[in-house]
Amino acid sequence: MQSEIVWMIIGMGVVTYIPRMLPFVLFRGKELPEFLQGVLKNVPYATLGALIFPGILFIHEDIWYGMLGAAAAIIISFLGANVIVVVLGSIAVLSLYSFFI
Amino acid sequence: MSEIALNKSGTEFRRGMQAGISIGIGYLPVALTFGLLAKTTGLSIGETLLMSLAVYAGAAQYISLSLLALGTGTFEIVLTTFIVNIRHFLMSASLNEKSEDDEPIIKAAYAFGITDETFSVAAVKEGTVSAGYMFGLNLIAYLSWVIFSGIGHAVGASLPQTFQESMSVALYAMFVGLLVPSMKKGVKVVFLAVLAAIFNTVFTITNALSTGWAIVTATLLSAVLVELIVMMKERRTKDAE
Repeated sequence: MQSEIVWMIIGMGVVTYIPRMLPFVLFRGKELPEFLQGVLKNVPYATLGALIFPGILFIHEDIWYGMLGAAAAIIISFLGANVIVVVLGSIAVLSLYSFFI
Repeated sequence: MSEIALNKSGTEFRRGMQAGISIGIGYLPVALTFGLLAKTTGLSIGETLLMSLAVYAGAAQYISLSLLALGTGTFEIVLTTFIVNIRHFLMSASLNEKSEDDEPIIKAAYAFGITDETFSVAAVKEGTVSAGYMFGLNLIAYLSWVIFSGIGHAVGASLPQTFQESMSVALYAMFVGLLVPSMKKGVKVVFLAVLAAIFNTVFTITNALSTGWAIVTATLLSAVLVELIVMMKERRTKDAE
């Protein structure tokens, strides 16, 4: 291994770990002002929205591919399926689509 | 007593591992491609594995490869990694609010495994989040990421193209599968997700912010705005009484 690359990787590891770890060590939880606690409770759902869009539309040059994947995932999960079923079902729908197109 | 506690953490660990399976599937194509790209960028298999083991952050690892290919210096690459991954601070702060009390050292240990995906799964889970659950969840996701990075490098090829393409939807489908059941619970969740999606789409399409910052900014804007609206509504109903 080249030592410069190894040092780079170690540096990347350290700067990635620090933001992951700090909040758990700095805060005990539930001691922040009520408004801030409310905001932090909102974060998961807002993050999910931002993680899905617009990324899902751009998984393929063909934008309909992403649209179809999104529609499949939304419909399958709306029907109450488990997350794994949503994942496998969406993959299956897109496999069929690329098989026929 | 200690036996009961041990049993409880055992089931929690298993529950976490089960919840990690979708992430493990979703990481497969992404990690394979990372291993392949690392090889073409000139990294050895040892360096590739070390990066997946030590950094464990998909987007940052991909970016570092393209920067290496451009001949960017070590310092800039480490700085870019920091900027791309600073969003985890927000996720850890949020997860800390629903995690069970534990020694800081234990929390610091499972904090290593916080990614967009493990955070999303743990954060929308019912009830509190225990250390056992986090370790189980992290283990499956981490193993998938590290092992498939190595295989991608060793085999030097990704999945057959159509399969690779259809599998690229996996992580997004997982996010949808986590979000939709929560949306049924209330209109607040719908607003949070839709607002953040609109903000992120605008930031991305206009190229106003880089990916990492776009997600953090969109998330924070949406979370704060919705909380302000809720607060104002509560105040108004109180005044009316």
